[in-house]
Amino acid sequence: MEQKNTTISFSPDSLELVNKIIKRYPEGKERSALLPILHIAQAEFGGWLSPEVMDYVADLLHLLPIEVYEVATFYSMFNLEPVGECVIEVCQTGPCMLNGAGEIIKHLEKKFNIKVGETTPDGKFTLRAVECLAACGTAPVMKVGTEYHENLTTEKVDELVNHWCKCGKMSHLNPYQE
Amino acid sequence: MGKKILTEHISDPNLHKLEVYQQHGGYASLEKALKKMTPDEIVEEVKKSGLRGRGGAGFPTGMKWGFIDKKSDNPHYLVCNADEGEPGTFKDRYLMQCNPHALIEGMILASYALNANKAYIYIRGELYYVLRILEKAIAEAYAKGFLGENILGSGFSLDLYVHPGAGAYICGEETALIESLEGKRGNPRLKPPFPAVSGLYNCPTVVNNVETLATIPWIVNHGSEEYAKIGIGRSTGTKLISASGHINHPGIYEIELGVTVDEFLNSDQYCGGVREGHSLKAVIAGGSSVPVLPADLILKTKAGEDRLMTYESLSDGGFESGTMLGSGGFIVMDETTCIVRNTMNFARFYRHESCGQCSPCREGTSWMEKILARFEYGGAQAEDIELLVDISKNIEGNTICPLGDAAAWPVASAIRHFRDEFEEHIRRNGCYFE
Ligand SMILES: Cc1cc2nc3c(=O)[nH]c(=O)nc-3n(C[C@H](O)[C@H](O)[C@H](O)COP(=O)(O)O)c2cc1C
Ligand code: FES
Repeated sequence: MEQKNTTISFSPDSLELVNKIIKRYPEGKERSALLPILHIAQAEFGGWLSPEVMDYVADLLHLLPIEVYEVATFYSMFNLEPVGECVIEVCQTGPCMLNGAGEIIKHLEKKFNIKVGETTPDGKFTLRAVECLAACGTAPVMKVGTEYHENLTTEKVDELVNHWCKCGKMSHLNPYQE
Repeated sequence: MGKKILTEHISDPNLHKLEVYQQHGGYASLEKALKKMTPDEIVEEVKKSGLRGRGGAGFPTGMKWGFIDKKSDNPHYLVCNADEGEPGTFKDRYLMQCNPHALIEGMILASYALNANKAYIYIRGELYYVLRILEKAIAEAYAKGFLGENILGSGFSLDLYVHPGAGAYICGEETALIESLEGKRGNPRLKPPFPAVSGLYNCPTVVNNVETLATIPWIVNHGSEEYAKIGIGRSTGTKLISASGHINHPGIYEIELGVTVDEFLNSDQYCGGVREGHSLKAVIAGGSSVPVLPADLILKTKAGEDRLMTYESLSDGGFESGTMLGSGGFIVMDETTCIVRNTMNFARFYRHESCGQCSPCREGTSWMEKILARFEYGGAQAEDIELLVDISKNIEGNTICPLGDAAAWPVASAIRHFRDEFEEHIRRNGCYFE
């Protein structure tokens, strides 16, 4: 009865990783692997969780699709809509704000000519303001994929962005792989 | 210089490697604990050390371990809370990144004491690179026989895994963390039952903070008496303080509990004072959830005594004139800071992070943010101050988990100590700071 989706599937490497992760939890508690697997899925399938991807993950873990949707919608790291190739997340919480996060965000908005939450028309960059990244002592801070960039200045941000434009920065990375 | 327990060798750039950690005496406690001590003896040692949970609530660790339901036939679990989401707090990330084996060693000892054969480190999802450091360190520990079957021939076995969250502050609350670890939304559970009776998979579970667990090896090695000698009164041992904001040397400092706030803030060994050319206005001493205090009350208690960096001294005077040590997130604000704007920023944070289960928190955090925005951007009326106080009172104590309190206290304390600033925002119809 269930509609199996055959159009998407993990690469053999990811599948191996996924199976390894599932075994970390007791028998019958495979659902525990849901967050780690959603991270891997998001990285592998273009940086966001489409309904097809979530259905595929549900299938893998023998869950109902709704059990995956309700989780994916709860956690802010899961994107439920397409994002740019490189997602820049600037911390906007108290300590970072005290140390100039506002200027960094404004600077990036101007540089990309977009507002927080938007993606550049060429699909390269998405700009986000996020909450405390546990790096307040080196504020202001931003997270890009698996990297943290700290003690930001507008000059430092310019350098990074210029570099990323050249190298075609991609921030959708599997959290488990270097 | 104060005693260093967690950061003694942290300047060694290779401390994250097992070999190097061992050269500094790491993993020595396992021989002693697993072969010469019973689990109950370890619990007893931790009780006598006076160690209190470093995640924020300051609950005595040994006592918590003592609550684990021994009659239960179910397996026991140890879960390390590495969610570190409290604004102003960044010590666990640093500890895991630089000294991951201290956490692993501590978790082996704690698991043995609790009779747990499976343990998880729940780390906030954003910290991919720390997750990888931990996975490598765990693999090293397995290879050495410190994890896995029959550790060092002691008969005790333990599997340890890292589990990433996915961006939800509420998952730092221990029952929400357990739900999340089970692959669900991070909705806190009603207590009782407490996790020690019914936690992960409804089995007896202890949830402890990274720093708490990383302290255990030292206590086992040196004994509870030595540990209890550090600190003052019921605040024993050392504490990592995350210092941020308008200071000369932001960073992470391991202090002996009991140094004065004045020394911590002004000495070059620690924060190095408020940044050049500026003066102290306010401090949030224990992470964004604790009440903000104005300069005079953070340095001295209402009775005029020096305020100390201890659980007791910081809370001296209750919320009228005191605050809390919390998670040790020490956020310093100078005279350029607009208290209203800062409070609004935190109100937005709590509105965003509320899980939405309880109406007082879900609705209240949203109203508080909106009303604070009227002060900041214009449109606030005189009665809005009382309205904010009223909403904060209606949230406090009326929610399943303490996130509601954590959202209410910053607002209530800002009004308590900086009411004139709120009034001035009404008079000027908006913010008058830079
Ligand atoms: C909203 C909320 C967020 C919390 N976040 C954290 C956290 O990020 N890390 C942590 O260790 N404890 C956090 N706590 C406290 C935990 O619920 C729990 O008390 C702690 O992990 C117990 O460990 P400890 O006794 O070693 O401190 C939080 C509590 C609340 C109410
Ligand atoms: S406030 Fe930005 S990292 Fe903590």
